[in-house]
Amino acid sequence: MTNVLNEWAFIGVFFLLAPLLPSLPIAIAALISPRKPNAIKQATYECGLETVGDTWVQFKVQYYVFGLIFLVFDVEMVFLFPWALAYQQLDFFAFAAGLLFIFLLTDALFYAWGKNALEWS
Amino acid sequence: MAIDAYIILSAVLFSMGVLGVLLKRNAILVFMSVELMLNASNLALVAFARQWGGLEGHLFVFFVITVAAAEVAVGLALIVAIFRTKQSINIDELHQMEG
Amino acid sequence: MDIPTLEQLNLSAAFPAISLALGTCLLLLVDLFLPKNRKYLTAWLALGGLAVSFIFNLFAYNSSTTALEGMFIADQFTGFSNIAVIVATAISILLSIDYLKRHQMERGEYYILLLFSATGAMFMAAANDLVVIFVALELLSIPLYIMAAFRPNDARSEESGMKYFILGAFSSAFLVYGAALIYGASGTTNLTEIFSSVEGILATQSASSLYLLAGTALLVVGLGFKVAVVPFHMWTPDVYEGAPTPVTAYMSVVAKLGGFASFLRVMIIALPALALPESTIAVWQTTLWLIAAATLILGNFVAIAQTNVKRMLAYSSIAHAGYILMAVAAAGTAGLGDSAAQAALIYLLAYTFTNLGAFAVAMVLEKTDGSNVTLDDFIGLSRRQPLLAFLMAFFMLSLIGIPTTSGFIGKWLVFQVTLEAGLIPLAIIGVLTSVVSAYYYVRIIVNMYLRENEAAVGDEGEALPGASQYVNWAIYASFAGTLILGLLPVLATNLVNTVNLATMFPR
Repeated sequence: MTNVLNEWAFIGVFFLLAPLLPSLPIAIAALISPRKPNAIKQATYECGLETVGDTWVQFKVQYYVFGLIFLVFDVEMVFLFPWALAYQQLDFFAFAAGLLFIFLLTDALFYAWGKNALEWS
Repeated sequence: MAIDAYIILSAVLFSMGVLGVLLKRNAILVFMSVELMLNASNLALVAFARQWGGLEGHLFVFFVITVAAAEVAVGLALIVAIFRTKQSINIDELHQMEG
Repeated sequence: MDIPTLEQLNLSAAFPAISLALGTCLLLLVDLFLPKNRKYLTAWLALGGLAVSFIFNLFAYNSSTTALEGMFIADQFTGFSNIAVIVATAISILLSIDYLKRHQMERGEYYILLLFSATGAMFMAAANDLVVIFVALELLSIPLYIMAAFRPNDARSEESGMKYFILGAFSSAFLVYGAALIYGASGTTNLTEIFSSVEGILATQSASSLYLLAGTALLVVGLGFKVAVVPFHMWTPDVYEGAPTPVTAYMSVVAKLGGFASFLRVMIIALPALALPESTIAVWQTTLWLIAAATLILGNFVAIAQTNVKRMLAYSSIAHAGYILMAVAAAGTAGLGDSAAQAALIYLLAYTFTNLGAFAVAMVLEKTDGSNVTLDDFIGLSRRQPLLAFLMAFFMLSLIGIPTTSGFIGKWLVFQVTLEAGLIPLAIIGVLTSVVSAYYYVRIIVNMYLRENEAAVGDEGEALPGASQYVNWAIYASFAGTLILGLLPVLATNLVNTVNLATMFPR
């Protein structure tokens, strides 16, 4: 228990020091800089345009379908890494088991393809 | 190896997840709380796997991660469908049925 | 770690479930090439897949072996649960074909999701490993979340799916954490190995026994959510009401089948020895019987207040979960594990037929405008559709548990094992709440037969909105199952006569 805590002590020190570094210059600047506010300085963006309309822009749901398909396939890869790492020691049957898994993934990919989920329309 | 610290941390994370599910009203935040609960379980599993020196715990974590991803995909799709119908994802506004 | 060979995996024992899983994956591709107006072909192919799985199941029925590195048990318990799951899924497909067409949601994915969910239930009933239980539970549940929200642009259906999803995900998180703690205590996720390590853990009096207790409690919470027992039942009425009716019928049966099968396996195989020193009663028995009593009381009394038939059947299904939980609680007494498992299995099969039949009749009365079926819709049904009214009356009597129906056999066996376990208060609560339940089931019969002279009564022989040939087949099948099981219970008891979850490892 104490060993573990000692190992993490550096991280604790880091967490204490880290906020100091950026906040110090900001605090110094706030203390010594002159204050002369005017309308332009107070604007949200000193240069650039004021926003018009609702900032909650809805973007195309297409991104979404891609995102979901990517998410699932991406995470399934976790099963292939051990298979690939142990590849040299596998007999034919274990190799075929991995192939079966890839077949199932392809099955799902074909389904997504067949449903036009991969088309950007 | 002492794993008590990890188990305590995972219990705290799990409790935070439970509280999040019970208290949050935004569906996305509720999902995130559920994920927190699952990841707390993962932490506990990995810690226990280290203690026992077996692979079963790691294996379980793999399955939890992938199943959670599938679950989230379905959940987010449901959220999109609900947002289109109701223009809101506040779960307190899901009260078509009472009784 | 050695890589197992094909023979060691013993895949043939798991073939009923594996064949259904692979068949469904193929059906996913086949469905792409079926034209939009012919999606009923997917339904027929799905029924074919179920038939193949059923035949494999007959061959594997009386085996007593493990497969997939001890993660999967093929025994009579598995075989019997598989039969119930396959029959329930087939009846649900028959219910769905015309319903989907009528509600403009005819899509091939529906049947594929249904089959995936059934596969999950089959794996759950056979699982001998906490990892498999978790994955199978998710395979059972995730398709159900989608199917509950299957009616497009309907706020109630989407809400139903969302509620089911949030509470389902919440409960599986409890299940995983419970499994993690049990793994932490015992160092294994295999149920039989957990059993052999339990006594050693309790003897050491270390933190491990605390993990084991907490893990068991969390598992009970996770599985309790799935099978909808009080106090984890609150999602049930809303989800059942909002989901499309065939989906409700399906999930009220198959989710409970899978959930209770795993419940029985975990409690009887892995944790029967989780008891105080010198005691023959497992520590979880008290908790479970309190939960069962609360479930019986709440389910039956709240059902009285319902006028919407789907909500009433939802509370009725909560109450039935309470009866099955009585058997699970009774399994906590040493030596009763097997008879409790047999009673629960027969109750589940009886409940499967009866409940599917009741939902099917309610579906026949459902209009396409999305309005609810109320108790008033049954007024005068005996004159409009005498046969349908008779079948509904029979299903209601079976849900009460009147002799000659399957519901009676189920209740008889469950009460018997509860008394053997010495849980006399629980048995008394069970009998009293059965009497209470008669009130709301008989009300439907009264509406059908005794209120013929009211304005709402339609003409003789008037067609009903949901009637179709396939639905009739489904109702006849449910009726046949309910009747045969009620008249010849020996058929079912013979099918479970060698269920041996506990006697495999005598204490």
